Amino acid sequence: MEVFFPRTLAELWPLKAANPESAVMAGGTDLLVRLRKTGERPPAIIALERLAELRRMSIEGGGLRIGAAVTIGELAASEIVRDALPALWQAAAALGSPPVRHGATVGGNMCTASPAGDTLPPLYVYGAAVAVAGAAGCRRLPIGDFILGPGRTSLAPGEIVTDIIVPLPTGGAFSAYYKVGKRRAMAIAVASLAVCIVRTADGAAGKVRLAWGSVGPTVISLPAVEAFLAGKRLAPDVLRQAGAMAAAAVLPIDDVRASAGYRRSLAGNLLLKLAALGDDEQEDGR
Amino acid sequence: MIVRFTLNGRDVAIETTADRRVVDLLREDLGLTGAKECCGAGECGACTILVDGESRLSCLLLAAQLEGRDVLTAEGVAAGDRLHVVQQAFVDCGAVQCGFCSPGMVLATLDLLRRNPSPTREEARSALSGNLCRCGNYQKIVDAAVEAARRLNGGAG
Ligand SMILES: Cc1cc2nc3c(=O)[nH]c(=O)nc-3n(C[C@H](O)[C@H](O)[C@H](O)COP(=O)(O)OP(=O)(O)OC[C@H]3O[C@@H](n4cnc5c(N)ncnc54)[C@H](O)[C@@H]3O)c2cc1C
Ligand code: FES
Ligand code: FES
Repeated sequence: MEVFFPRTLAELWPLKAANPESAVMAGGTDLLVRLRKTGERPPAIIALERLAELRRMSIEGGGLRIGAAVTIGELAASEIVRDALPALWQAAAALGSPPVRHGATVGGNMCTASPAGDTLPPLYVYGAAVAVAGAAGCRRLPIGDFILGPGRTSLAPGEIVTDIIVPLPTGGAFSAYYKVGKRRAMAIAVASLAVCIVRTADGAAGKVRLAWGSVGPTVISLPAVEAFLAGKRLAPDVLRQAGAMAAAAVLPIDDVRASAGYRRSLAGNLLLKLAALGDDEQEDGR
Repeated sequence: MIVRFTLNGRDVAIETTADRRVVDLLREDLGLTGAKECCGAGECGACTILVDGESRLSCLLLAAQLEGRDVLTAEGVAAGDRLHVVQQAFVDCGAVQCGFCSPGMVLATLDLLRRNPSPTREEARSALSGNLCRCGNYQKIVDAAVEAARRLNGGAG
């Protein structure tokens, strides 16, 4: 099997055209595990790790543009991500283990499109867009339209993800990622929740964005729960009501890690993490 | 194809297939058995090596990816017969039981100390969380990582 290392996108397209059955590899932490497990052998691998255009991070017009081949370790080491996109930062720091994060990329996490992909719920609540390119040109779409189902994306043959563009939340927004796994490190999420809340002047929740991982075929957004919380103080009884709505609405499955019933309870109870935020707000308000 | 890279400070050029796993290249073609294969799927860290100073899993790397890189395996950590401070700390703290995880643990500790020269125990635990010890010797391994940092920072050894 040949392995190609294009240095530019201009070099990549002819390689893809000449090797239509080739596999794209970023960090290889999903791809190589899968090839070994299934015994599949693509005729060639096109590796993105030396493609400088895909390895950059830059602030552009109110958003952070993250190259698809930026590693999860680089995200977890980035001060901009830590300060401006804490939910994404927490997700990066909770993905796999240090040596996994040194290979794994944000584009790979997205294209694997696992319901347990840790960077996905944060990218949903921040309203991220995915930039996709092919030999014929580029297009940009919201992450919710890019991911179609477990392991399924809207990438057409010959296309790759080049960047993820994450709008930076306005000052005063609170965002976080809560992950429950079987152990603290190196554990796929049993359930997870990303939140991004813009608070109003009186300390209530203004705009609320929520996204759950590992409790459905893909990341789950529940606009009804967001609307219920909007404008309210996040007191425990309010969060419990919202949690009951969420627990009823998610679509979890039983698997080796947990039962569907346990995942349902977690999906609701993770909202109680926000009670501490309600307390802060009340203290702030006084 | 011929892959050229630096291995434990020496230039190597080796004929191999582009998609040969680095763990096989090291163990079977180059005779360096420090990196162990255990899970073959990224879960255990037994195959940890440093590539350009960063810990990577050699079971999830292809030979062609090493082109032009600087690779350090457990064999290259000591200076001749003189153990590296991290290795000596592993010995002194009793951090080696059967030793199967030790090459990976030592390299993961080097990666940690390069990023964070004075880790707390909690930071060391988290930095070594991708390396499993089948002997369950975690307390002493964390002792060794913290002790190595102390010695490297000028503490008496
Ligand atoms: C031990 C271990 C633990 C893990 N733990 C976690 C965890 O806790 N949480 C989690 O979310 N994941 C986890 N993973 C899964 C994996 O590490 C992540 O999904 C990672 O982000 C994948 O990125 P990658 O660059 O390695 O992808 P690759 O394996 O290189 O690629 C994955 C897929 O995406 C495609 N692809 C990659 N980049 C692009 C691109 N730019 N354009 C088009 N297609 C592309 C590839 O063709 C392939 O199909 C773990 C994996 C291992 C081995
Ligand atoms: S053998 Fe590579 S991580 Fe287990
Ligand atoms: S010392 Fe035996 S595996 Fe760690």
